[in-house]
Amino acid sequence: MSAYVPVHQGPGFAARIKDALAVAMLSLMLGIPMIGLHTVDSGGALSIATRWPWLALFVGIMFGGRLAMQFALDHFKLNKARRAQKRPAVRATRPWLKWLGYAVLGFSLVLPIAFSGNRYVVDTATTVLIYVMLGWGLNVVVGLAGLLDLGYVAFYAVGAYTYGLLSTHFGWGFWQTLPVAGALAATFGIILGWPTLRLRGDYLAIVTLGFGEIIRLILVNWTDFSGGPNGIGQIPRPTFFGLPFSPDTDTPTFATFFHIEYAAEHRVIFLYYVILALALLTNLFVSRLRKLPVGIAWEAVREDEVACKALGMNVTNIKLSAFAIGAMLGGFAGVFFAARQGFISPESFVFSESATILAIVVLGGMGSQLGVVVAAILLVLLPELGRDFSEYRMLLFGAAMILIMVWRPGGLIASREPTVKLNKGAQA
Amino acid sequence: MSTHHTLLEVEHLTMRFGGLTALSDLSLNVAAGQITSIIGPNGAGKTTFFNCLTGFYKPTEGAVRMHHPQHGALLLNEMPSYHVARKAGVVRTFQNIRLFPNMTVLENLIVAQHNALQTASRFSLAGLFGRAGYKAARQQALEKAEMWLTRLKLLDLADTAAGNLSYGTQRRIEIARALCVDPLLICLDEPAAGLNPRESAELNELLVYLSREHGKGVLLIEHDMNVVMRVSDHICVLNFGNKIAEGTPQQIQQDPNVIKAYLGEEETDEKVAA
Ligand SMILES: Nc1ncnc2c1ncn2[C@@H]1O[C@H](COP(=O)(O)OP(=O)(O)O)[C@@H](O)[C@H]1O
Ligand SMILES: [Mg+2]
Repeated sequence: MSAYVPVHQGPGFAARIKDALAVAMLSLMLGIPMIGLHTVDSGGALSIATRWPWLALFVGIMFGGRLAMQFALDHFKLNKARRAQKRPAVRATRPWLKWLGYAVLGFSLVLPIAFSGNRYVVDTATTVLIYVMLGWGLNVVVGLAGLLDLGYVAFYAVGAYTYGLLSTHFGWGFWQTLPVAGALAATFGIILGWPTLRLRGDYLAIVTLGFGEIIRLILVNWTDFSGGPNGIGQIPRPTFFGLPFSPDTDTPTFATFFHIEYAAEHRVIFLYYVILALALLTNLFVSRLRKLPVGIAWEAVREDEVACKALGMNVTNIKLSAFAIGAMLGGFAGVFFAARQGFISPESFVFSESATILAIVVLGGMGSQLGVVVAAILLVLLPELGRDFSEYRMLLFGAAMILIMVWRPGGLIASREPTVKLNKGAQA
Repeated sequence: MSTHHTLLEVEHLTMRFGGLTALSDLSLNVAAGQITSIIGPNGAGKTTFFNCLTGFYKPTEGAVRMHHPQHGALLLNEMPSYHVARKAGVVRTFQNIRLFPNMTVLENLIVAQHNALQTASRFSLAGLFGRAGYKAARQQALEKAEMWLTRLKLLDLADTAAGNLSYGTQRRIEIARALCVDPLLICLDEPAAGLNPRESAELNELLVYLSREHGKGVLLIEHDMNVVMRVSDHICVLNFGNKIAEGTPQQIQQDPNVIKAYLGEEETDEKVAA
């Protein structure tokens, strides 16, 4: 192979025609006996019939196909050479990604209206959004700070049980519990992080995996506290500024207040918008943090911890802040989960949940916010679509994962947007 | 040169790894505004010395004392590595370059100013709400980065990912990044390795500029005798962890111990004599 392919010219057009003609000749020679002539059984005796139009078609297809294939290959090679030649430094920021982001946002805003009759769609979209939020939370830890956390579901559980317990025992509301649960989850993040963050890579992963299991086992076994394997039921659903979504008419409800017919969908749609708002806030929060000193430091720690220390950065604190903030966001998502389900049990916080969330982050492209969305949609919808052949679901899932990793080893959206640019027009 | 005050005092520094004594009873003074070079064959303990200075290794014996104009005498050997840079103002580069490869050159230099920015942004909280104090600090950080980028001829590459650049350029970035910490003492571990002659000459000029114009202490590990003999004010020669000679370039070139230590290596010997 030549190392340098001139960008502007492929092999000449005449050469390509010649090449295609040669292929056509070859196919003509092969085609005469195989397609042009065939035997027919006419009254006990074999006789030979001709199929010249078929042969002509075959040769034509071979000619055209060869041409098309060569042009496609040339094009592919040229593109590759072009990419190799001007390998952009920070991979060129792609404006269409931003537009894709806006398109997804716009679609998510109108989705419940567009599918207002279809509860299933809105429900599934809500699930997707929970995973998006969890993905964005874990992205702080894994994608930005580069800490492999296999027990992220623990913080999700902390959030869910905080709401489950506070609401059933003390009558706390959804919005009231949210900050408390976030703070509690963050505290758990620090408790986990403090002794373990001096561990690296694989070791940290194993400890976090253990932590996730410990939390789950506590929830299973400490029956007085958590209800054990039976979980907590009858968790109050979030209300619309105090107006419940119920068919009762004694007290004002959402339906009576707005003088509309009660419909079960109202709550589904409301829940959808709540998680959408939470997810968007999370996104805003994380994108801002990324450009602030702490966020830049997370990425620096991911890139080279030793260099960070040599520059005077307290790596432990930086990692702890990533752990705490990731945990807090997981806690928020947990509160929403409990409120949406109305019932929680340790069953919902098993390791495979952590694995799914991690898969979303890795698949999305470590550190990419939009990538997380795409991956969450894929990972939630793929099993849904695979329901019809449920036996092969995991197979399908695994195959899709492998395909994507082969196709895009850096994740679906691997480009990284610099947090600051010298050319000041681009950055506030 | 008595006008230059002592910045760093190394006293009886010893570092053992099991049975191996990588550094043995090393004493040395490093002055502000001067270039002090550590030379010696491979495995002499030069990098180990840097690791002991900057908190990456805890020395087995001995002390490293930094005389800080504001904070007084600081024992570096008792500090965690990040305090050495943050409090004592001693910043190092690495023999095998350690940049943040996926971040841009500019981001590399902004990370180096993390502590100042973090304080100005009240641990990023004020930054979250776009407070003016933080914006000013951020502007200052950008200006400082731009200043060193210009000085090191890196300005065109500011928005390029650091990991994609050539070896010599990466070395320059690492030095620029270290300078963004505003060190009192900058420790460079073989900065000229892999540089072409032009880049090497530019490095010489930069080192002289840093020590003379900025009054920084420069501690230099270098193999290239051209660089060492031309720019050093003071040279310390290590061999198998022992200091075998110390003095001005002229003294070192004539030192019988040094000549003997380098005798096995024909090429280096010529360079020393040159
Ligand atoms: N962490 C370590 N553990 C064991 N031996 C080490 C360690 N660091 C350095 N050494 C040894 O100390 C000696 C000096 O190494 P070094 O300081 O890297 O030499 P150089 O002068 O080439 O920079 C070598 O023999 C090296 O193998
Ligand atoms: Mg070395």
